[in-house]
Amino acid sequence: MSISLRTVLAPALVCLLNAGIGVPLSLAQLTLGPPPPLKSMLTDTSTAARPFASTATPIASVLAGSSARQEGPPSKFPVPETWPAPVNDQEHRLFTLIDVLEYRPKTGGGGGSASDYRWDIEGWYGGDYNRLWFKSEGQQDSAFKADYDVDFQLLYGRFIQKYYDFQIGPRVETQSFRGRNVTRGFASIGIQGLVPYSYELEANVFIDEKGNVSGRLTLTKDLLLTQRLILQGRFETNLAVQRVVEFTTGSGLNNLEFGVRLRYEIRREFAPYIGISLDRSFGETATLVRQEGGDPSQVRFVAGVRAWF
Amino acid sequence: MDIHNNGMTRRVWLHHAGTLGLLAAMERLVPSSAWASAWQGMTYPSQLSGPVIDLTIAETPFRLDDRTAPAITINGTLPGPVIRLKEGQEATLRVTNRLHEDTSIHWHGLLLPPEMDGVPGVSFAGIQPGTTFTYQFPVRQSGTYWCHSHSGVQELVGLYAPMIIDPIEPEPFRYDREYVVMLSDWSFESPETLLSNLKKQGGYYNFQKRTSGEFLTDVSRLGFWPALQNYLMWDQMRMDPTDFADITGYAYTYLMNGLSPAGNWIGLCRPGERVRLRFIVAAAMTIFDVRIPGLTMTVVQADGQNVQPVVVDEIRMGPAETYDVLVELVEDRAYTIFAETMDRSGYAQGTLAPRAGMRAEIPVRRSRPIRTMEDMGMSMTGMEMPGMKENPNGSGMKMPGMAPSSDMPSMKPSDDTPNREHLEHGSGLQHRSGLENMPDMGTSDPRRSTIPGIEPVKHGPDDHGTGNQAVAEYSQNRMQEPGRGLEDSNRRVLLYTDLKSLAPYPDQREPEREIELHLTGHMERYMWSFDGKKYSEAKDPIRFRYGERLRFTFVNDTMMEHPLHLHGMWMHLENGTGAYLPRKHTVLVKPAERVSVAITADAPGRWAFHCHLLLHMEAGMFRVVEVFDHERGMHS
Repeated sequence: MSISLRTVLAPALVCLLNAGIGVPLSLAQLTLGPPPPLKSMLTDTSTAARPFASTATPIASVLAGSSARQEGPPSKFPVPETWPAPVNDQEHRLFTLIDVLEYRPKTGGGGGSASDYRWDIEGWYGGDYNRLWFKSEGQQDSAFKADYDVDFQLLYGRFIQKYYDFQIGPRVETQSFRGRNVTRGFASIGIQGLVPYSYELEANVFIDEKGNVSGRLTLTKDLLLTQRLILQGRFETNLAVQRVVEFTTGSGLNNLEFGVRLRYEIRREFAPYIGISLDRSFGETATLVRQEGGDPSQVRFVAGVRAWF
Repeated sequence: MDIHNNGMTRRVWLHHAGTLGLLAAMERLVPSSAWASAWQGMTYPSQLSGPVIDLTIAETPFRLDDRTAPAITINGTLPGPVIRLKEGQEATLRVTNRLHEDTSIHWHGLLLPPEMDGVPGVSFAGIQPGTTFTYQFPVRQSGTYWCHSHSGVQELVGLYAPMIIDPIEPEPFRYDREYVVMLSDWSFESPETLLSNLKKQGGYYNFQKRTSGEFLTDVSRLGFWPALQNYLMWDQMRMDPTDFADITGYAYTYLMNGLSPAGNWIGLCRPGERVRLRFIVAAAMTIFDVRIPGLTMTVVQADGQNVQPVVVDEIRMGPAETYDVLVELVEDRAYTIFAETMDRSGYAQGTLAPRAGMRAEIPVRRSRPIRTMEDMGMSMTGMEMPGMKENPNGSGMKMPGMAPSSDMPSMKPSDDTPNREHLEHGSGLQHRSGLENMPDMGTSDPRRSTIPGIEPVKHGPDDHGTGNQAVAEYSQNRMQEPGRGLEDSNRRVLLYTDLKSLAPYPDQREPEREIELHLTGHMERYMWSFDGKKYSEAKDPIRFRYGERLRFTFVNDTMMEHPLHLHGMWMHLENGTGAYLPRKHTVLVKPAERVSVAITADAPGRWAFHCHLLLHMEAGMFRVVEVFDHERGMHS
């Protein structure tokens, strides 16, 4: 019932709001007939009726991208505010990627590592341009940090330069050494995206509460062996400007990690994998790791799942 | 009935309606009848005509082979019943919404008052649940059209139906029998899931990506360095040359008149009879290559408008396009109507046969094509790229051996006509006049004119912002090419340049001005837009002046084909046919292509203009076109 009322009211409203041009046109449509001069043209296709005088205007080009087209008088056909949007192109979505969630079995020998685990999870909530990112990484017994190391970031991300998300926000890191916990907060600034040659890049600079500056760079690349069997290469390095003994961080290059993970995408969203990861710390960091009783060089086999939703 | 394995029979529906507890659905199902059984002969029991037509939109269980899912249908069938109107009549269509959400029906390709066009938010409020909206308009044209929902993603779940408008004057061609062949795509994943997956991973549904195995094949075919360079080049550009369909056969079952290939829609006809097939692509996201192995098709209408007959073997049909073809069974046997998707990941299929229960062979499937530098708009003469060689005919570049393999030994063309000259790669074969030489229609030969953009045009400095992945450095008209995946075909493929209106349109004025619009997007993030802006970022309308004749030029900066649809007015495809420009409501634009249409802005009001890949539209590839009386507007 209300719809038929609306049908009548909407054009009437248009007419009222357009006390001028709008009236004749809208009425013409309301009565379901084209304006008189058009009728002959649209129904008569056999003769070359010319309803419009040909104006000898030279071709004027209105180029896209220029604002010329967007300017001009306000719409002659106002749209009631109650009307819905014709398309919903601003939907927000939630994305969570568990890129790494793995078990690392104990390595052999007296100086070998105990079996442990690692994760690298990230995701976002938002639209095409603005997103709220969350990231968490954690591992035990790396070549860089002697015991375990967990960090969490909550970042605002802005889509820039066609391929990158500029990200800024806080980061918290917790480390543990033989039961001793240390925690520090950072400001994190970085970019994440797809670089030429299709490598996924994540590069961040961190500034902690005391002004110590460090950075992290991660590159991953997928190589399709088949449509579902995919080899992911992963490279990660940590750098620091200042030496922060408490966090087993020397100045300069801290560590290099290189890994390959072979996954099988049972579905796009779910892929178990196996792989191997080499992790080595350098310089002051290696010394600090040794002092803490860790091993600055590690080779670990991994088995895990990559999943997203 | 049994032979059709048809999920749409009333018996099956009632069964499901009962088991699902949807007793209310039964009432809607009673008047409807099944497509396959209904379409066995000359008459259409599920056809609606007359001065007043009632349509009910409701959720209906849709059975496809062994699975059932909720669909949104018109009068309980998928596709909906054939709506058959008569040119000159006053149509009254009462649409009742039995959903829990708003709905709408848009009459695709019909010239009518904007309030009757059925686009919520553009020209009316939509149809609220439980209400009936009465569409009323004079029918001012004839031909094959269709209708579909313009609300959200309802079209993806079944809300579409064919529309046939019989002409007042007799048709300029003769036929003994006719069938609607409506092609569509069906997914058991919800439209929201489809879009969400694509937003999270652009290549989610592509299971035909390049792999290391294919690399080794290419190495043996091209040599190590050329192959490596080619692979690195695509990686370097962060593009996927196998990107031909956002949603593929992985998620889609392709339907012909609502039936899967297993369901095998069948159109009965005798040898010697002329059969008119009214092809309608109601697919949301799929471009089809349609052929009937063993038969030629004579195209007599495109988008409902008469064209000068063209005999072809294969037609590439984009979403929302319609083609009417005449075919004649040569032998007393079955023939397969084969609609392979452009990405070759699947097909819709049906049969033309003299007797029920017959089935013909399914043709050998073709391999997935591959994009070339031409699709990137980098095909210019003199632009040397490593690992590439110049095409011998002077312009246009091809990856060495990168075209899809043309070795399809088991396929034989339906006749022995060799390649036509325009199947050659490259451009400007017939039209050498430069851009400075603006088209001068109708001076010497009314059947010939220059195709705007036939010479390459360099892209301007605007890269359309971060939401646009790349631009076509050079764009040019590619209507003389059959399209990627068909370029090496030895079949005669319909080209847009083959389409010539049967009669000249009354308005033969030169366009007074040109509006250029760039088709933009980002495959990685699944963003789609015009001029780099989504609809929500560019709500100001594109303005046409009432009464003017203008040129609307589309420049495709993306690496995908886009079917562009303008509501309310014809687009006169500027394909070089002089006074005989074909009229289209939907124009398929190739990657890196520049296509111009002439428009007579004779329909005042607000109209939708959008890409008819519906997820592209929903992602923002949408604009409002406003036609208003410039002169009077100035005085008011």
